Amino acid sequence: MGILDHHKKIETHATLLLVLSFLVVTIGGIVQIVPLFYLDNTIEKVEGMRPYSPLEIAGREIYVREGCYVCHSQMIRPMRDEVERYGHYSLAAESMYDHPFQWGSKRTGPDLARLGGRYSDDWHVQHMISPRSVVPESIMPSYGFLMNRVLTRDDAEHVRDIMRVYRTLGHPYTDEMMENAVSDFFAQVDEFGDPVADRYPGAQQRNFDGQPQLTEMDAIIAYMQMLGTLVDFETFVPTANR
Amino acid sequence: MWDYIKLAVLGVIVVTAAVAASMARDLPYLVHMLVIIAAAVITFIWTIRRIGEPVPVANPNEYMDGPVRYGVIATAFWGVVGFLVGVVIAFQLAWPELNFVWAEGYLNFGRLRPLHTSAVIFAFGGNALIASAFYVVQRTSAARLWGGGLAWFVFWGYQMFIVMAATGYVLGSTQGNEYAEPEWLTDLWLTIVWVAFLIVFMGTLIKRREPHIYVANWFYMAFIITVAMLHLVNNLAIPVSVFGSRSIPVWSGVQSAMIQWWYGHNAVGFFLTAGFLGMMYYFIPKQAERPVYSYKLSIMHFWALIFLYIWAGPHHLHYTALPDWAQTLGMTFSIMLWMPSWGGMINGLMTLSGAWDKLRTDPVIRMMVVSVGFYGMATFEGPMMSIKTVNSLSHYTDWTIGHVHSAALGWNGMITFGMLYYLVPKLWQRQGLYSLRLVSWHFWLATIGIVLYAASMWVTGIMEGLMWREVDAQGFLVNSFADTVAAKFPMYVVRGLGGTLFLAGAIIMCYNLWKTVTSTAERSPARAGAAVPAE
Repeated sequence: MGILDHHKKIETHATLLLVLSFLVVTIGGIVQIVPLFYLDNTIEKVEGMRPYSPLEIAGREIYVREGCYVCHSQMIRPMRDEVERYGHYSLAAESMYDHPFQWGSKRTGPDLARLGGRYSDDWHVQHMISPRSVVPESIMPSYGFLMNRVLTRDDAEHVRDIMRVYRTLGHPYTDEMMENAVSDFFAQVDEFGDPVADRYPGAQQRNFDGQPQLTEMDAIIAYMQMLGTLVDFETFVPTANR
Repeated sequence: MWDYIKLAVLGVIVVTAAVAASMARDLPYLVHMLVIIAAAVITFIWTIRRIGEPVPVANPNEYMDGPVRYGVIATAFWGVVGFLVGVVIAFQLAWPELNFVWAEGYLNFGRLRPLHTSAVIFAFGGNALIASAFYVVQRTSAARLWGGGLAWFVFWGYQMFIVMAATGYVLGSTQGNEYAEPEWLTDLWLTIVWVAFLIVFMGTLIKRREPHIYVANWFYMAFIITVAMLHLVNNLAIPVSVFGSRSIPVWSGVQSAMIQWWYGHNAVGFFLTAGFLGMMYYFIPKQAERPVYSYKLSIMHFWALIFLYIWAGPHHLHYTALPDWAQTLGMTFSIMLWMPSWGGMINGLMTLSGAWDKLRTDPVIRMMVVSVGFYGMATFEGPMMSIKTVNSLSHYTDWTIGHVHSAALGWNGMITFGMLYYLVPKLWQRQGLYSLRLVSWHFWLATIGIVLYAASMWVTGIMEGLMWREVDAQGFLVNSFADTVAAKFPMYVVRGLGGTLFLAGAIIMCYNLWKTVTSTAERSPARAGAAVPAE
C-alpha cells in the first residue's frame, strides 16, 4: 500500500489536514445543491401559486412556532395509497414561498399538504380546542389557547415586516400589497370587508373562528384552509421532465 | 490594563442588552437579552473581584483540565435533562393528557420535542465532544490547550447557547428547521463560540510536541470544520427586526429541503459520528490498553467517511418533489457509506484483540464495545432504510425514530458513558470508580432500555407503514389514519418504559460518578497533570 505511506505528509501538518478535510466535505453539497437553483423542474412556476396573504402568514407563523411540522408532513409522495388518502402528489412549486419548507419528516398525524377545504371551520375550531372530541383516537395536544390570543395592530405590522423580508428574498409582493398589508390582515376575517382576494387570488375571507375579535385561531385556520388549494389539478398539466 | 478593557466591554454589553431588552418585540427576545445581561454581570463581578490579585501563571508543561472537568459535569447534567424530556414526550404520545392544559402553549409536544432533540444532541453530545476533544488533543499532542482562557470561553459560551436555545423553544422561538431551530441571535452566538472552539483545537495541534497528529484528532477536526460549514449555510437568515427574535431563512421550498437535509444528515454524520469516532479512537485503546487495530484502515475509512457522508442527505427526501437524480445520488452514497462506517466499527472492535477477556471483568469496556456494536448495527440499518423501496415504507413512520434512537442511545450514549467512567477518576485524581457493580447496573438498564425502544419502534413503524398502504380487493384504503394511531398505543407505552430504564441508568451513573469524586481514595499526586508525551 505504497500510496498510504504518503499520508505522513498530511498527518504531520495540521493546516494541510484541515484544508484537505474541508475540501473533501464540500464536494457532495456543491453537486447536490447548486443545480437546484437552475433546473427547470425545481424553479418552475405553476399556474395559481401566489405568495401568502398577511393573515395566512400569521397562521403559518403559528404553525411553525407550535412545531406542527414535527408531527405533520406537507409532502404527498406519488404512491397509490398517498394519492388516494391525501390527493394529488405535491409539486416543488407548491412550497416555493415556504421559508423554510414544511415538508416534515414524520407523520404522527396525517399529511396536511392538501388540508384546505376538507373540513369546515367549525370542525377545525372544535378539533383545535379538543382533538379527541372529534377524533377519539387522536393523540394531538389541544390548542384551545389560540382562541384567547387576540391579534392586534402590532401583530399586523410584524407580519408586514415579515412580508418586507420575503420581498427582499424575491417574493412578488407589489407596492399595493405592501401598502395594504395591515388592512388586509384585518379584512380577511371580515366577510364584508375589502376583498382580499383581489390581491391574493383564491384567498378565503370570513370569520374563521366565530368570535367577534381576530385571534390566533382565525389565523391558523385561514392558513390550514388554504393549504394545497392554490393549484387547480383539474387543469394542471405536468411538464415532460418530471 | 487588560482587565479594565474587559470590564468596559462587559459594561457596554450590559447597557446594549438592556436597551435591546427595553425595545424587545417579543418574549423570547426579551428573555435572551436578560440571559445576556445576567451572563455579562456575572463575568463583570467575577473579573472585578480578581483585579489587582496576582495572576497565577499557568505552567505550559501542565495540561489544562479545568474546562474538561466542567465539561464532564455539564455532559452528565444535560444528559439527564435531555433523557428526562425524552421520557416525558414519549409518554405524551401514549397519553396525550400529559400535554397539560395549564401549560398549553409552553409544554405541548411540538415545543418539547425540539427541546429534547437539542438537549441530547447539542447539550449532552456537544458537551461530551468539546470536553473529550479538549482532553484528547492535549494528551495526544503533549501540549497544553492553546489560547489561555479561550477554552473557558468555549465552555461557558456553549452553555449560554444551550440556555438560549432551550428557553427559545419553550417560548416558541423557532425558525422551523429540524435540529436547526434556533433563530438568528442564538445562531450568531453559536458561530462565535464554534470558531473559538476551532481556534483552541487547531492552536493546540499546531504547537504539539508529537510529530504525527493522532487519528482521533483527524475526526475531531473534520467534525468541527464541517459543522461550522453546515451551520452557516443552513442558518442563513434575515432578521425581521434587530429587536425581535424572528428571522426568515433565506432558502425556500425544494432548495431549503435539500440544504436542510444536507445539514440534518451531516449533523448525524459529523456531530454524532465523526466527533464520536474521535472519542472511540482515544478511549477504547486507552481502556483496553491495546493499540488501535489498523493504521491503514483508519486512513482509508477516515477519508471515505467524510467524503461520502456529505452526499447522503437526499435519502430523507425520497419520492418527494426533489429531483430523482438527487434522490438516487443520496441513496447510492448512503449505501456506499456502509463500508467506511463498518471500517470504523472493525477498527474499534478489533482493537480489543488480545484483550477480549476484559469484557468479563470491566463493565466500562463492555459499555464501549456495545456502543461500537450499536454503531455497526445502526450503520447497517441506515443504508438499508435509504434504499428507495424500503424507504417508501419506512419514511414518515416510527421506524425512523427507532433507528435514530438505537444509534443515539446505543452508540452516542454508551460511548459517552464509557468516556465519563474513564475520565472522572483521571480528572479528579482518584484511584478508581466508586462502584463497578453500579456500572454493571447502568449497563444492563441502558441496554434493555434500548432494546425495548428499538423493538417497539420497529413494530409500530412497520405496522403503520403497512396499514397506511393496505387496500382491499376493490382498491379502497382499508385503514383510516386514526386507526393506525390507535394501533400504536401499546408499543408507545413500551417505548416510554425503555426510555425510563435508560434514564434510570444515567441517574445511577451520576450517583456513581459523584461518589467517585467525593468518597474514593486519592491517587498519588506525583504524576497528576504533568505532560507526558503521547499518553
